Amino acid sequence: MRLEVGYINIKDVQFGSKTEVKGSVLYVDKQEMLDTIGGDPRLKSIDIDIAKPGEEVRITPVKDVIEPRVKVEGAGGIFPGFVSKVDTVGSGRTHVLKGVNVVTAGKIVGFQEGIIDMTGPGADYTPFSKTCNVVVVCEPTDDLKQHQHEEAVRLAGLKAATYLAEAARNLTPDQVKAYETKPLLEQVNEFRDLPKVAYVYMLQSQGLLHDTYVYGVDAKQIIPTLIYPTEVMDGAIVSGNCVSACDKNTTYHHLNNPIIHDLYEKHGKELNFVGVVITNENVYLADKERSSNMTAKLVKMLGVDGVIISEEGFGNPDTDLIMNCKKIEAQGIKTVIVTDEYAGRDGASQSLADADPKADAVVTAGNANEIIKLPPMKKVIGHIETVDVIAGGFKGSLKEDGSIEAELQVITGSTNELGYNLLSATTI
Amino acid sequence: MSKLRVVHYINQFFAGLGGEEKADVKPEIREGKVGPGAALAAALGQDAEIVATVVCGDSYYNENLEVARKTILDMVKQQKADLFIAGPAFNAGRYGVACGDICKAVSQELGIPVVTGMYIENPGVDLYRRDVSIIKTGGSAADMRNAVPVMAKAALKLARGEELKAPEDGVLEKGIRKNMFRDERGSKRAVDMLIAKLNGQPFETEYPMPDFDRVTPNPAVKDISKAKIALVTSGGIVPKGNPDSIEASSATKYGKYDIEGVNDLTSDKYQTAHGGYDPVYANEDPDRVLPVDVLRDLEKEGVIGQLHRYFYSTVGNGTSVANAKGFASEFAKELKADGVDAVILTST
Repeated sequence: MRLEVGYINIKDVQFGSKTEVKGSVLYVDKQEMLDTIGGDPRLKSIDIDIAKPGEEVRITPVKDVIEPRVKVEGAGGIFPGFVSKVDTVGSGRTHVLKGVNVVTAGKIVGFQEGIIDMTGPGADYTPFSKTCNVVVVCEPTDDLKQHQHEEAVRLAGLKAATYLAEAARNLTPDQVKAYETKPLLEQVNEFRDLPKVAYVYMLQSQGLLHDTYVYGVDAKQIIPTLIYPTEVMDGAIVSGNCVSACDKNTTYHHLNNPIIHDLYEKHGKELNFVGVVITNENVYLADKERSSNMTAKLVKMLGVDGVIISEEGFGNPDTDLIMNCKKIEAQGIKTVIVTDEYAGRDGASQSLADADPKADAVVTAGNANEIIKLPPMKKVIGHIETVDVIAGGFKGSLKEDGSIEAELQVITGSTNELGYNLLSATTI
Repeated sequence: MSKLRVVHYINQFFAGLGGEEKADVKPEIREGKVGPGAALAAALGQDAEIVATVVCGDSYYNENLEVARKTILDMVKQQKADLFIAGPAFNAGRYGVACGDICKAVSQELGIPVVTGMYIENPGVDLYRRDVSIIKTGGSAADMRNAVPVMAKAALKLARGEELKAPEDGVLEKGIRKNMFRDERGSKRAVDMLIAKLNGQPFETEYPMPDFDRVTPNPAVKDISKAKIALVTSGGIVPKGNPDSIEASSATKYGKYDIEGVNDLTSDKYQTAHGGYDPVYANEDPDRVLPVDVLRDLEKEGVIGQLHRYFYSTVGNGTSVANAKGFASEFAKELKADGVDAVILTST
């Protein structure tokens, strides 16, 4: 399967009378966008705001971040199972508005939404301080149950990104990159002398606001299966969860999965990237056993020499991570795992809820419990008062002057376990 | 610039007083350098001077911790020390503990830089590595000439306000995880690590796996119909309003709540404080997480002896293992003292 991705670099976003890209500026017709994404009776109101890098703006509570993409050639459309039909995606050509994101915010859904600061020390920890953000602020109707609220905001975000992406359909991209993984036997034969590598992609599926969707299907209900890496770039995987902000994979992260990109960088040079196994992180022991057994079996069936395994979330999924690692190593396949740490505010605690000597190659995205101080910002988009109760916040996190003292956990994408960031941790 | 005033701490053996038979000598202060102080002074060079040496017997220090600590602190204070160096203690256990303890006290009470030296297996290492810069030494005094210059160098570095780095400065890691930025993003590091592993080349894990503490379950309760059963949860069930403000994640506390006369946890009186899952179902009927209703039934039916009067609750969402262990070791004592025979632990 071969996908060309055309990147259109966007340096600025402004409201305008028509939604279009001129030069490297995206203009947004606010009313038309509101009309297009609105209409869900579960949402009392939707507003749209813009936050740009360097501005003294804090967005919170942030639910999801979504990059605008549009399919211009090939089967299907972006976000199959949600805004497009369920055709298999990942081939042909896709255009991306690079440098702009939709950020969904508004009244908190659960406890686990995050903060994006566009400047200051907090900005160093989130990739979304470097993009122009079209913030969709959704307010639910009174007494709306959390899972309904989550779904309504999720759909509004996907629609918003799809709406903006239409502006990219007929543009000439600034850069086009092609990504290709062939059918298994062909792919194995293409680079016979290189070690065969697969990627084990763990999807958050603990349930109760911890869900991820694959072609519209709740990942809790899948058994591990094989996909082409490029399917992910067309939105085959969508975030539907309110796990701690620091290490949930936003839809942006899925679309831009850095492990897939960095494996492609070495594809045909130092390794042979044959495919992606998606698996879940269910809470029942039988589910954990079944999924890790299936995952180990699938990578063995593929005949690979090594895998990278990424986790999403922490605590309970640490057990899935270690089970996957142990069982795959037991098949004689080498593993590297990517995780983050909860070593306590003082860094003195054990970092993961599970451990095994077989996990001898670990990449860590940092200790999410470490305390960070965020100065007040001139403008807040969303609701600042939730800071004390979001995961990583505590009573007194929000100070009278609007500054925040909280765990790094509160910052969206700060300890991303797909390895999107430079942040890590070490023993001192 | 005036020379840094250094006070050096050594035990009875290195002061030349004698071995075990002299291990109970009380702290005494001597002017200038004593025993290994000569080598230390040479290594410190022109910028620092050992103005005094404290000598104390190892047994005395370990058996009279508080008195010894206070006496020596006063001595160091009187010397107007800028820098405090203890040992090296090599693999001498009580000497190591004394060095670690007095260094920690001097650092905390007097706010001056401290350095000691020990062999990795010295029990003082585990006790004090988090609080004190401990230079890694060999197992015996034969390593003195290697250890002393490293200690002197590290001490001078600290005195200049610089931080020590493991392993370059010879200092033992504190065993604390600290965030830092690396040169490449995590995904690239993972790919590079995998390529190295596949090719049999050396690679360095970013998180060495700890020894995992696995608990063997106790034998079954012999006669459950006579047992006093307590409920303990990490699912965050608390009285409505969360009176102890237990955090939604990374809990730093737990609550103890009286359920005498309570037969059913109802949504008007109880809720969850947990921030790791959709709370709708737990709030609708908190018995779903903390099954008081079922246990009351079993109590009435005589299946269990009795339900304990208190339940303990915390939030297990991102809560560090160290905190969780700390909570349990506290309330396990209370449960035991209250004659509880068995505990039902529920999560979320």
